[in-house]
Amino acid sequence: MADEVKLHGVTGSPFVCRAVIALNLKGIKYEFVAEDLSNKSADLLKYNPVYKKVPVLVHNGNPISESLVIVEYIDEVWKGVPILPQDAYEKAQARFWAKVIDDKCLPAVFKAVSSHGEEQAVAEAHEALQFLENELKVKGIKFFGGDNINLVDIAATFVAFWIGAAEEALGIEVLSKHKFPKLTEWSDNYVNCQAVKESLPPRENLVAFFKKRFGKA
Amino acid sequence: MAGSDDVILLDFWVSAFGLRVRIALAEKGIHYEYREENLQNKSPLLLEMNPVHKKIPVLIHQGKPVCESNIIVQYIDEAWHDKSPSLLPSDPYLRAQARFWADFVDKKVYEAAKKIWMTEGEEDRQVAKKELIEVLKVLEGQLGEKPYMVGESFGLADIAMIPFSVWFHTLNEIGKMNIERECPKLAAWVNRCMERESVSKTLPHPHKFYEFVLEMQKKKGH
Repeated sequence: MADEVKLHGVTGSPFVCRAVIALNLKGIKYEFVAEDLSNKSADLLKYNPVYKKVPVLVHNGNPISESLVIVEYIDEVWKGVPILPQDAYEKAQARFWAKVIDDKCLPAVFKAVSSHGEEQAVAEAHEALQFLENELKVKGIKFFGGDNINLVDIAATFVAFWIGAAEEALGIEVLSKHKFPKLTEWSDNYVNCQAVKESLPPRENLVAFFKKRFGKA
Repeated sequence: MAGSDDVILLDFWVSAFGLRVRIALAEKGIHYEYREENLQNKSPLLLEMNPVHKKIPVLIHQGKPVCESNIIVQYIDEAWHDKSPSLLPSDPYLRAQARFWADFVDKKVYEAAKKIWMTEGEEDRQVAKKELIEVLKVLEGQLGEKPYMVGESFGLADIAMIPFSVWFHTLNEIGKMNIERECPKLAAWVNRCMERESVSKTLPHPHKFYEFVLEMQKKKGH
């Protein structure tokens, strides 16, 4: 019996993009079910009753929610390009940094963007992003996964692509090249990875989204 | 075989997150050195081992730190995969469920429960109570008729939640509520978990936690 893989999502979500990248990295055929977040499908509400959010991966009728849980699931079910390290300690480190990105970096960057680059918010975003900058600097690595991308790179997708679109849309600066040389270099390398390139939404759509959502009237 | 100086746990006696790690270590029968941290005066070791968050628990295994309780529990399961029991199911779908529910406890239970003694004013407290019961009922929904949160075995999701059972007495007293009556399935699950030595010998008595919270409130002038 062939695998049935569906991904409920919206193209502009960095969380959905994590799942798309993982699926593309493994070369998995799947059906993208585009959701309207202002009018969520009955299926979405059935598959994710707890949070009612995207992304939701549905594998042979079994739903999995929460983007990082989905990425780990994809890695465990489908062999091929590894997303998490094999070593228990390295795995723990990857999970730790992915969580730092979700718990610290994302909220801080979101605040910096939604506040239109308010000084304090940007300072806090810088503080959070500095952890990632230091990781790359101290370890002297191209990607958080070393020579190849891993869970942490995928978790940080919004840093590589979403921040830039927001900066352009709102005329603000959050990830400056001189303050974050390593992260800037990493971003350029990351978005050029095949699996990532084919997963990212069109940049102009994202810029338009940020203008509409956060732009001054 | 690893000696106890190979495993050090930096912790705080009443932390629900630290308790998760202690339960996981007990499940696997791992010997370790427990070091109590004074959270008002954190040790240089803690600051060195967890520079990002500066929080407990931190597991130090052969000199290398692992932080974040749910991550530590998974690490313990993987680093000591040859010791039974397994703390996660072997099926990938159930593993995803385990991770999802362990994360749910962090996102929803912890926040909702804290609000009970942190809010002031009767109206806000009523809102907090309603929110907490709603969250606990979602957990009951997941439990269903199963003995444990995910699959048939005690594991990560149970370990994530069971330390918060220590909070129930305090929540009932301060919130003037009765969690066990509102959530009987959850109460039964707590009793079932308490039959495991790793849980009953690790969790502090709920009255001790109540004393701790009252002490904390007194210091803050409540």
